[in-house]
Amino acid sequence: MSVEIRVASIDPIRQTFARTARRFGADKPASRYQEASFDLQPRDNFHYRPVWDPQRDIYDRRRTAIEMRDWDDFRDPRQYYYATYVLNRARMQEAAEKNFEFVDRHGLMATLNAGQVQDIETLLLPLRHLEWAANLNNCFISAYCFGSPMAQGAIYTTTDRLGIAQYLSRIGLLIDGNSGQSLADAKARWLDDPAWQPLRRLTERSLVQKDWFEIFFAQNLVLDGLIHPLLYAPFHSGVGDAGGAYLAMLTEFIKDWSADNQKWVDACLKIAAAESPVNRARLSAWTTAWKAQALDALAPLAQRAAHLDGPERLAAASRALDQRIAKLGFDAA
Amino acid sequence: MNTQDTRRPSGKKLSLKEKYAQMTRGLGWDTTYEPMDKVFDQLGLEGIKIHDWDKWEDPFRLTMDAYWKYQAEKERKLYAVLDAFQQNNGHLNISDARYVNTLKLFFTGITPAEYNAHRLFSMLGRQFPGPGAAIACQMQAVDELRHVQTQIHCISQYNKYFNGLHDHTVMNDRLWYLSVPKSFFEDAISSGPFEQIIAISFALEYLLTNLVFMPFMSGAAYNGDMATVTFGFSSQSDEARHMTLGLECIKFVLEQDPGNAAIIQRYLDKWFWRGYKVLGLVSMMLDYMLPKKVMSWKEAWDIYFVQNGGSLFNDLSRYGLRMPKYWEQSVAEAEHLSHQTWNAFYNFSGAAAFHVWLPSDEDMAWLAEKYPNTFDQHYRPRIEHYRKLQAEGKRYYNPSLPMLCQTCQTPLIFTEMDDPTRTSHRQLEHDGDTYHFCSDGCRDIFAGQPDKYVSAWLPAHQILQGNCVEPGAEAAGDPGADALRYFHVVAGQDNLDYEGSPDEANWLRWKGLDKMPPAAAA
Repeated sequence: MSVEIRVASIDPIRQTFARTARRFGADKPASRYQEASFDLQPRDNFHYRPVWDPQRDIYDRRRTAIEMRDWDDFRDPRQYYYATYVLNRARMQEAAEKNFEFVDRHGLMATLNAGQVQDIETLLLPLRHLEWAANLNNCFISAYCFGSPMAQGAIYTTTDRLGIAQYLSRIGLLIDGNSGQSLADAKARWLDDPAWQPLRRLTERSLVQKDWFEIFFAQNLVLDGLIHPLLYAPFHSGVGDAGGAYLAMLTEFIKDWSADNQKWVDACLKIAAAESPVNRARLSAWTTAWKAQALDALAPLAQRAAHLDGPERLAAASRALDQRIAKLGFDAA
Repeated sequence: MNTQDTRRPSGKKLSLKEKYAQMTRGLGWDTTYEPMDKVFDQLGLEGIKIHDWDKWEDPFRLTMDAYWKYQAEKERKLYAVLDAFQQNNGHLNISDARYVNTLKLFFTGITPAEYNAHRLFSMLGRQFPGPGAAIACQMQAVDELRHVQTQIHCISQYNKYFNGLHDHTVMNDRLWYLSVPKSFFEDAISSGPFEQIIAISFALEYLLTNLVFMPFMSGAAYNGDMATVTFGFSSQSDEARHMTLGLECIKFVLEQDPGNAAIIQRYLDKWFWRGYKVLGLVSMMLDYMLPKKVMSWKEAWDIYFVQNGGSLFNDLSRYGLRMPKYWEQSVAEAEHLSHQTWNAFYNFSGAAAFHVWLPSDEDMAWLAEKYPNTFDQHYRPRIEHYRKLQAEGKRYYNPSLPMLCQTCQTPLIFTEMDDPTRTSHRQLEHDGDTYHFCSDGCRDIFAGQPDKYVSAWLPAHQILQGNCVEPGAEAAGDPGADALRYFHVVAGQDNLDYEGSPDEANWLRWKGLDKMPPAAAA
C-alpha cells in the first residue's frame, strides 16, 4: 500500500543555471554539487591589475606552468560542496571526539610506555608545524589558482590541515597534562633538532614557491605521499606494546582524512596529466625535483624511526609513490 | 625531555581561550632557511608596520572540530528548509512576482561578490604571518564559499520559474550596472593585504553589512520568501564573526604603530565612499522594488550608518580616526538617492536583467510620507509624467549611453544637493586625458591612485568601442542588440517592464489570476 499526496505540479521554465547547462546539459535538473561548484570564478573584464602581481590579472591562468583548456575540469570525485564537506567532517570529528574523550576519561595515556611517549614526542608532535605549512600551501592554492573547483577543493584541504594540526596538539596536551610543555618541546625539535632540519628546510622552500600547481604537487602528492606512510602510519596500526591501540584511536581522523583527501589529489593530477604531453612532461620534471629532495629530507627521520622500521617504510613509500604516479599518467623519477 | 614528570593524563582543565591558544597559536614559526619577507612577501607593499603579530586577539576562538560541528548543524537545518521549499513550490507564496526582481539584483550583484570574498580571504589567510589572523581569514574564506553556494541553492528554485537569474556569473562580468559592485570588489582584491581587509572586513562587513546584506534578507522576510530568509538567518552567526574580525583587525593595526593611523584613515575615506556608491542599488531596492516595504533607505541610513557608525567612530577617535570624508554628503543625499537611481533604471530598462515598473498610488503615498522634503516636490511629478506617457503608448526610454563615473562606474545620474536640476559632474585631467566623476568623493579616490583607475573597464565606453560582442558570434551591427547578447540578457524576456513580461504572465497563470478581470487581478 502506498499513500498518495497530491500536490499542484507546475512545469519549470528551465532546469538549471546557464553555466551549469552549458557544462552538463540543459535537459535535466543539475545536482547541488554541479550548481555549487563550476564556473563561478570571474573571467572577463578585470578592472585593475593587482598591486601584488602587476604583470597579471586578478585571476590569471599564467600563475602555473600547467596548461588546461578548461580549468573547471577539476571535478572532485567526492563531490564536496560546502554542505557535504562539513557534514562529512562533522561525522569524522564526532568519532574523533569520542576517541579522545574515551582515552582521556580512562586515563589511557598513562598505559603508554616510555618508548611510545618518546615516539609521540619525537616523531609525531613536530608534524604540527608541517601541517601548518600544508595549511598555508593549500591556502595559497585556493587564493591564486584558476577556476572555482580547484579553489574549492584547496580551501577544504586548508581547513582540514588546520584541524589535523589541532588534533596533534590535543595528543600533546593529553601527554603533558594540558601544560603545553610537549608542544613547546615539539616546536623546539622542529626548529633545532638536526633530524628535523632537512624537512623544515624543504617545507620552507615549498612556502616560497609561486607556481600554485607545483605547490599542490610538492605538498599534496610528494610530501604527503611519503610522510603519511613513514611518520603517521606507525601510529595507526596499533601494533607493538600495550597502548598502541589507543594511539590508533587518536590518529584515526588523520588516517581516514588521508584516504579521503588522496581521492581528490589523484583526480586533479590525473586530469592535468591527461590534458597534454606538455603537462605530463612538467609533472614528471616536478617528480624528479621534489621526490629526491623529499627522500633526502626524510632520511634522518627514517633513521630516527629505525625501531619502527623507518628506512624500510620510507623505501616502501617511495615505491608506492612511483606506482601511484604511473597510474596517474606521468613518469616517476 | 622530562616527559615522565609532566604526564598527567587528566591534567588541569583548560578554559576555551587557553585550549584554543595551545592548539593554535604556536603553530607558526619564524623561518630561517628562507627569509620571512619572502615567505610573507606582500606585507611591505603598503607601509603598514606590524611589530608583534602575537598581539592579535583572536576574535572567535573556534577550533576546526567545533567549526565543523556547528556549521554542519546549520547546514542540516538550512537544507531541510530548502528541500521543503522546493517540494512545496514555495516560490508561489511570495507577496508578488515583482519581489523576485530584488533577488535578481542580489544574485547577479552580491553573490559573485561573495565569490570574490572567498578568494580574497584565501589570499589573506596565506599572507598574514600570525596564525591568529591567518586562521580567522581562512575561516572567513570557507564561510564566504558557503554563502555563495547556499545562495545558489536557495535561488536554484526561483531560477526554474523566473527569468533574469539564469546567468549570474557572466552577467556580473559583463552587464553594465553590475560593473559597480564588480569594480568595487576587484578594487579591493587587487589591493595590498591590509587594504583588502580594511575594505572588506571593516568598511563593508562592519560598517555597511546592515545596509547591504540585511535589507535583502529583511525584504525576504517581509515578502514571504522562506528560502532566502532562512539563508539569511543561517548566515547571521557567520556574519557576526566576520564583523568581529573587521573590528579586531582595525584595532590591531592601529595599536601596532602610531604611523598606521594615517594610512588607515585614507583607506576608510576611500572604502566608505566606494561602499556607499554600491549602496545606491540597495536604496532603490528598499524604496521601489519591495512589494511589502521594510523601511526606507533614509531610515536605514540614519540607523545603520549615522547612529551606529557614528558611535563606532566615537569609539575609534582615541586612535586618531575621524568619520570618513564626505559622510555628511551621504546623509544629505539620502533624501534623493533611491529616486534618482530607480529613475535611471526606468530609463535604461531595455538593457537590464530585471524588470521595472512605476510606483502605484499607494507606493507613492508611502514615498511621500518617508521623504517629505523631496518626493512630492521633485520626484512625484516625474513619475506622473511617465505614467501619462505610458497611458498614451509613449513609454519613455533613454536611447543614449550614459556617461559613467571613472571610479564607481555609476552613470552620472545624480544631482547637486543644492540644486536638484543640475547633474553632479566632476572632471580631472590626467596624462593629457579628461576623466569624469559623479562626485567629489570619487574624484578624490581617482586622484589618490590615478594609474589604477585609468585601467577601469567602463561598459559604456566598451560598447561604443565595439568590444561588447559575444565571443564567437557575429556582430549584428546594432551595438545595443550586440551588447544585450554579450550581457546574456534575453531581450523581451529578462529586460523591460514587469507589465507584459513573461514573468508576469506566468505568475498570473500559476496564481489563477489570469482568468480574473484585470481590475481584480491588479
